[in-house]
Amino acid sequence: MSNLEEKMSSVNLNAWFGQKQVLKDISMSIKAHTVTAIIGPSGCGKSTFIRTLNRMHELVPGARMSGQILLDGTDIYGNEVDPVRVRRRVGMVFQKPNPFPTMSIYDNVAAGLRLTGTKKGKNLDKVVRTSLEQATLWDEVKDDLKKPGTSISGGQQQRLCIARAIALQPEVILMDEPCSALDPIATAKIEELVVQLKENYTVVIVTHNMQQAGRVSDYTAFMYLGQLIEFGDTTTVFENPKSELTEKYITGKFG
Amino acid sequence: MTKKLTGDNIFKVLAAVMAASAAVILIINAYILITGSTLILQQEGINFLIGKNWNPVIGRESFGVLPFVMGTLVTSSIALLIGVPLSLGIAIFLVEMAPKAVKVPISYLVELLAAVPSVIFGLWGLFILRFWVQNYVETPLNTYLGWFPLFSGTPLGLDFFTAGIILAIMIIPTVASVSREVLTAVPDSIREGAYSIGATKWEVIRHWVLSYGRSGIFGAVILGLGRAVGETMAVTMVIGNAPNAMPTSLFSPGQTLPSLIANGFLEAPTPLEKSAYIGAGLVLLLISLIINIVAHVMVTRVLKVKGGAVE
Repeated sequence: MSNLEEKMSSVNLNAWFGQKQVLKDISMSIKAHTVTAIIGPSGCGKSTFIRTLNRMHELVPGARMSGQILLDGTDIYGNEVDPVRVRRRVGMVFQKPNPFPTMSIYDNVAAGLRLTGTKKGKNLDKVVRTSLEQATLWDEVKDDLKKPGTSISGGQQQRLCIARAIALQPEVILMDEPCSALDPIATAKIEELVVQLKENYTVVIVTHNMQQAGRVSDYTAFMYLGQLIEFGDTTTVFENPKSELTEKYITGKFG
Repeated sequence: MTKKLTGDNIFKVLAAVMAASAAVILIINAYILITGSTLILQQEGINFLIGKNWNPVIGRESFGVLPFVMGTLVTSSIALLIGVPLSLGIAIFLVEMAPKAVKVPISYLVELLAAVPSVIFGLWGLFILRFWVQNYVETPLNTYLGWFPLFSGTPLGLDFFTAGIILAIMIIPTVASVSREVLTAVPDSIREGAYSIGATKWEVIRHWVLSYGRSGIFGAVILGLGRAVGETMAVTMVIGNAPNAMPTSLFSPGQTLPSLIANGFLEAPTPLEKSAYIGAGLVLLLISLIINIVAHVMVTRVLKVKGGAVE
């Protein structure tokens, strides 16, 4: 697995909220067409880390960062880079499903494309359909495309949010604890979907559920108090961790 | 077991009485307006609402409130046209852009604007704004676009237009504060979702924030309209108080329902004329009530769905 092409990487990444440093010198490589899980106890900085990967971090008042995030070798924080373009290439799914309540299911998926100027028509219909199919939601909603995005169940809403991200044909999809608000059946569906997604995309998933990390990911990063403690392929991290801290966390001795 | 009248119970009764008094006052008000206007309504019938002539001279009496209803609607419309975009700009700036150090003082100042007594707006309008409006807005518009009926006539600065501008300033605190509340109630998860699909700040505001808050903003506008419709003092001081003036030009003097009542009521010599003013008050109350009920429904509907995305 080590010969895979690198899609994204962070180089000496530090981040702050006001005076508080939440990420300390994180350097990590994310390989193309893999699922990378980021685990660690609450407050360890895992959500902040993935938010630096698509420049969502900087939207919070008082947030700063230093270091580099490379996407295909280019620093996404470079002066000439427009954050809007970064976010189109690096999509995101949030902890709480957040479909747009004022929009229909169809419009939720189409919203991103409309921003880029794709108007109505067959082309848009096709993208909406393939996106919903890839998010394994099409069969469940194909007759209700005009209903509000919030009218479906929580698990369906989260898959709608995944479809919304997919519709823009991003290269990377970031998921911030996408199952934490869902029941076990909905969770299983999303996990299954995550594994399918790596065929076309590179996935980074934050989770506080270690079993989930073990089930879906190829690589696992363990973070603690803003530091990257251990990073490696998932089997090694889980079965043969180098750090005592990682072992303690994985075996449930803290966290 | 006998129930003792404890302090708690006394307080409960007192509080209930006070709460009920608000409703009672409204009902008494409406009752007095209705009984007081029976005389004029019997005399004039529907003509009271659609008649264009208000003539209290004994022997030639005629009472039609249409010019004043129109005057009220025209000045309020000008107020909304000018005041609403300004207020929305303030609200958007405060919620979406302003750093905290700016947000707090500006919000406070906007609310202080509501504390300025309306007679002071009237004085300022009469002694200062009137001349600005006359020299820099009305005269140029009249000179170059005078062929357009709305800008025709002789601009004197004491007219529907100046009254509308004063009202626009007076509705800003209401519309801006309520809109600010509405925009603050838009969940951040919606903004985040929009940013995550590559929306710019302007697109997030336009397509998501304003769209989510639209009925609340509509409510804010209606609340502002309610204020504009009922405002009396400042309008009376700058509108010119011309009798029987159906608004044909923005630059002609006229009257609104409140300014009509404020100007004439004390000097009404006959029961019929007195009844006519009370009738005008009834019409004004009905307009205000309708506006406020609509606003209330719109605003509460928005604040209720605030919770948002997940059922």
